[in-house]
Amino acid sequence: MKQTLYEKIWNRHVVTELADGWTLLFIDRQLVHEVTSPQAFDGLRLARRKVRHPELTFATLDHNVPTDDQSVIRDPVAKAQIEALRNNCKEFGVRLFDIGSKELGVVHIVGPELGITLPGTTIVCGDSHTATHGAFGALAHGIGTSEVEHVLATQTLRQKKSKTFRVEYAGRLQPHVTSKDMVLKLIGEIGTAGGTGCVLEYTGAAVRALSMEARMTICNMSIEAGARAGLIAPDETTFNYIATGDRPFAPCGAALEKALAYWKTLASDPDATFDRTLTIDCDKLAPQVTWGTSPGMVTDVTGVVPEFDQVRGYSRADVEAALAYMGLKPGMKITDIKLDTVFIGSCTNGRIEDLRAAAAVFKGRKVAAGMRTLIVPGSARVKAEAEAEGLDKIFKAAGADWRYAGCSMCLAMNPDQLKPGERCAATSNRNFEGRQGKGGRTHLVGPAMAAAAAVAGHFVDIRTWK
Amino acid sequence: MNPFTTHKGIVVAVDRANIDTDAIIPKQFLKLIGRTGFGQFLFNDWRYLDNGQPNPEFDLNKPAFKDATILVARNNFGCGSSREHAVWAVAQYGLRVVIAPWRKDADGSRIPGFADIFRNNCVKNGVLTIELSEAEVDQLFGFIKAQPGVQMTVDLPKQTLVLHGKPEQVFKFEIDAGVKDYLLRGLDDIALTLEKEAAITAFEKKHDVQLAAR
Ligand code: SF4
Repeated sequence: MKQTLYEKIWNRHVVTELADGWTLLFIDRQLVHEVTSPQAFDGLRLARRKVRHPELTFATLDHNVPTDDQSVIRDPVAKAQIEALRNNCKEFGVRLFDIGSKELGVVHIVGPELGITLPGTTIVCGDSHTATHGAFGALAHGIGTSEVEHVLATQTLRQKKSKTFRVEYAGRLQPHVTSKDMVLKLIGEIGTAGGTGCVLEYTGAAVRALSMEARMTICNMSIEAGARAGLIAPDETTFNYIATGDRPFAPCGAALEKALAYWKTLASDPDATFDRTLTIDCDKLAPQVTWGTSPGMVTDVTGVVPEFDQVRGYSRADVEAALAYMGLKPGMKITDIKLDTVFIGSCTNGRIEDLRAAAAVFKGRKVAAGMRTLIVPGSARVKAEAEAEGLDKIFKAAGADWRYAGCSMCLAMNPDQLKPGERCAATSNRNFEGRQGKGGRTHLVGPAMAAAAAVAGHFVDIRTWK
Repeated sequence: MNPFTTHKGIVVAVDRANIDTDAIIPKQFLKLIGRTGFGQFLFNDWRYLDNGQPNPEFDLNKPAFKDATILVARNNFGCGSSREHAVWAVAQYGLRVVIAPWRKDADGSRIPGFADIFRNNCVKNGVLTIELSEAEVDQLFGFIKAQPGVQMTVDLPKQTLVLHGKPEQVFKFEIDAGVKDYLLRGLDDIALTLEKEAAITAFEKKHDVQLAAR
């Protein structure tokens, strides 16, 4: 039987078939953070249940942690939530990467860098960007809190098989064009519900050429296309990432050899059939910038804000509402959009490579007058690595604000927020109304584009900018 | 969980596509660690003015819709974050049913009315999500505009919606058989799964998480 990668992983995790086409699927890893877990642990307590596999459960703090000074949490409600996770982890015997530890970070950055995320595994987390882990050929689903509780109690998830959707990225990226642009382009093409009910598998020469960090950026935003998960078949790039570096939870020695033999089988068979396929040509792909309040409202940096009725997948009313919120008018050049804040970080673009790309732009330059520039590493490890390379000095010399690790202004649950009307170039994943603060306006871009915008004060085409 | 069989109530419309979970419940309310008290924050930024007063322009605040228990919106409802707080807000506000249209993409693919995680979370909380066609949802919007406060009966066993307007209008809907059964019986997921304990244990014996973990 010809199988897709999704089907191969699925089949290896079927515990039993349930009625009406539902399946009980075994979950190899659950990642936990403070926001979506307290009610799940409460549920366990109420029903006098235990965590079935604490050793397969990993907790971190990310959404609420302050990124300026992590020694005190001034917000009492945030503090209570953080304390709740600490207490729950203690009570149920779950490992926690706490504030101050070397492993702290955004859950989707921590999993891969510690070797928790491995090919062929099933991974869940009460967070929609769990799709990130698919970059390793892991089947990774974002779930709700009731399901978090279900997995804690049973190590399984009730699932119905998703449709399969192959996105082939053909050709080669031009210099300065990144995987962020690849995924934004896709969402512009298929819309934010285009992948609903599907698992996306990303293939093609342009994907093969990407580093693990860059692959994670694509898979991360699968959810912005509505997908249940994103997948990239593991290859030498994946195996090297896992085998090199300090990844305490990854197999090594003989166990690694055995794992590798299995991991090498993890690819869709050449003639496997997908429910849907799409090809995107990367040769001419330009840096992408979102102009609206949905990630599918996106265009080339060389483009203009579109006319109300010229946007695929959005009604005139949608576009009017979005442009009114964003304070933009049709016909305006993207490069004429002026900014007052730049945010570089998040589980989409908060990894070391992203910071290197930003630092390359900032080196020897200064941020524009009045520009608030937040650079937030995705994890404590990323922070340490960046500092070892001297990137922090480049950022500070440029006038940017170098922070501690956390989600920060990606969702603005901590004090890092936009004020009403403020306009931000962000390397994160959502430009929803109010996402970065009530009334705040978000434009999604890649890290070098964000850095260049911080220097220029408005968007520039990083390919030609001097 | 309370079973869902039939429900009669006022239907209210929010005429927007891609209503994301940040809009359904903004992040500042995600810090609560309990499972209750979210209903007052449903659609917070749309429902309240900056001074904290209810926004009279927002339909949920209008007298005709004050007691609405059925919501109809546009495509891709509940996209974005996986926060179940969004569904708790919907359910605790008193909404039992949400209706959104599926639509056809340019290449003929069917785009579901609800985002996957949101829809799943609804099932766990006894909230029924119903997909109709775009034309049917347009009809509903027309009715609600012409007859604000119109009631609807949702019959899950029969898979019908009856809009008690003038004239009365009946819609049929499709639903996953497993989800239907689950809602009708108001099942507890975890207890149900634990009935498969033998299968889980057998699986754990043969499954090598070591392939993946040290
Ligand atoms: S960085 Fe943003 S998207 Fe990622 S987990 Fe944190 S809040 Fe969610």
